Amino acid sequence: MNNTIALKSILHKEVHRFMRIWVQTLVPPAITICLYFVIFGSLIGKRIGEMGGFDYMSFIVPGLIMMSVITNSYSNVASSFFSAKWQRNVEEMLVAPVPNWVIVAGYVGGGMCRGILVGLIVTFVALFFVDIQVHNIWVIIATVSLTSATFALGGLINAIFAGSFDDISIIPTFVLTPLTYLGGVFYSISLLPEFWQGVSQANPIVYMVNAFRYGFLGISDVSLVTAFAVIGFFIVTLFVTAMVLISKGIGLRS
Amino acid sequence: MTYALEITGLKKTYKGGFQALKNIELKVEQGDFFALLGPNGAGKSTTIGVMTSLVNKTQGQVKIYGHDIDNALEEAKSHIGLVPQEFNFNQFEPLTNILVNQAGYYGVDRKTALIRAEKYLKQLELWDKRNEPARALSGGMKRRLMIARALMHEPKMLILDEPTAGVDIEIRRAMWDFLQVLNKEGITIILTTHYLEEAEMLCRNIAIIDGGEIVENTTMKGLLAQLDTETFVLDLAPIQHQVSLDGVVSRQLDDHTLEIDISKKQSLNQVFAQLSSQDVEVKSMRNKSNRLEALFVSLINQADKTKENSKVEA
Ligand SMILES: Nc1ncnc2c1ncn2[C@@H]1O[C@H](COP(=O)(O)OP(=O)(O)O)[C@@H](O)[C@H]1O
Ligand SMILES: [Mg+2]
Repeated sequence: MNNTIALKSILHKEVHRFMRIWVQTLVPPAITICLYFVIFGSLIGKRIGEMGGFDYMSFIVPGLIMMSVITNSYSNVASSFFSAKWQRNVEEMLVAPVPNWVIVAGYVGGGMCRGILVGLIVTFVALFFVDIQVHNIWVIIATVSLTSATFALGGLINAIFAGSFDDISIIPTFVLTPLTYLGGVFYSISLLPEFWQGVSQANPIVYMVNAFRYGFLGISDVSLVTAFAVIGFFIVTLFVTAMVLISKGIGLRS
Repeated sequence: MTYALEITGLKKTYKGGFQALKNIELKVEQGDFFALLGPNGAGKSTTIGVMTSLVNKTQGQVKIYGHDIDNALEEAKSHIGLVPQEFNFNQFEPLTNILVNQAGYYGVDRKTALIRAEKYLKQLELWDKRNEPARALSGGMKRRLMIARALMHEPKMLILDEPTAGVDIEIRRAMWDFLQVLNKEGITIILTTHYLEEAEMLCRNIAIIDGGEIVENTTMKGLLAQLDTETFVLDLAPIQHQVSLDGVVSRQLDDHTLEIDISKKQSLNQVFAQLSSQDVEVKSMRNKSNRLEALFVSLINQADKTKENSKVEA
């Protein structure tokens, strides 16, 4: 069995899918980011002044990029896999001799492609508003890849359990969005009262945003080692969970 | 020679406790054209689901070309091409993509896949539609798309779950011809249906499934002969000698009971003539009902109903 070809086929199909509907998948994040820049950057940002030693706009750029990477990796896999379940074309893969890890890798890879592509688009748009500096490109690449993989896995698990289209918007609305907004995209955690700083440390997105910001600005509220350990922990846990669910056929096999 | 399909003691109880398969025993030889005939809800799709790993079995053994699905699932699956009962492709995807991706899942590289896609799309008269999204196809075309998709990895065995349900008669015939050609080329074909005519037209061997059990597994010819025969039980005045009858199968159960199997075309007169000449007195006679017959009556009723429904829809 040639798993490379199977993996490539799933990836190809996934990338083809979000490219075909680019108006729904690639344009909205670009528009959202423009709004953020206009409101927070130009209008309000000027009054806020500096944050972490940088002007407010430069401070929020990494977080905004990361935010779009997170949402897009997640929703790409959640909607693609759920719609494959719903239209039953997931059976095309299930009846074929495709190992479960290839299915997981293919969908997660697809989600990462969308997340990272949107990240690049957002970065490009950001360049019209602000100068972007790079402190450590490797940290940027590592954080963005691992984060998008984490949320792509999350989206996959969400889709496995989902029984309706509503079920794939509940988690993003009630969990992902609040965690992201409270994840230090718009402020430094150090500004919070001590109690809320502690609470924030339970939010994985804080680590992702800060590690990513470190890659650009060289500043972070948390240590890089902790950040990567947390991300690594989530990836491993979610991957194992996804594998178990798929091998058991939860939501897939009767 | 290994069987193309060998199922032993297969049971399936769905979540919620419904037992869809009670005890399936089935063997299909390589190169066969095999029908699995049964009314709606008999367990045809469930059996196919287990073979293709869409349904988890509760108990039993399934081997595909000698590969047990419990320990060589991927090998087993690589031999099967499945045409499911319900449409299950991405409606928004163009035909060529659907085919090439499916081939990819079986490890067929893009280049080869494109060549095969062209071949099958042309053979199944879908070539003009190759760049259209699947939802733009008519029902019969969608069915043919699924046949093309099932052939992309050139499997040894093609399984079709009610392939002609809802397909109009002309296309149905074209599909039958196509399947016969495939079978001549050496592909084992298993087809489920609730039309006896369809099985009769195409298949060499047949299994009849009802209520999650195989009630009959025989050659098509054998089945037709069996359906053509009626069994009568004759109540006789006690006799001392052995009755011998020409041209009919008879069984003498005791000194006053005789069972005869007689073709529906044959006349009973000659039986009675022979009995009289042997001084056997028939006191009464009754028709022995058989389960197969009852099943076929229900199958035929169902087929008629389906036809009426499709008329209404049309
Ligand atoms: N996922 C399921 N959960 C519970 N019962 C099911 C499920 N799928 C099928 N059944 C039941 O199992 C029986 C056999 O179904 P099926 O194999 O689809 O029959 P057929 O294909 O012969 O029409 C039916 O009574 C059906 O209602
Ligand atoms: Mg069925």
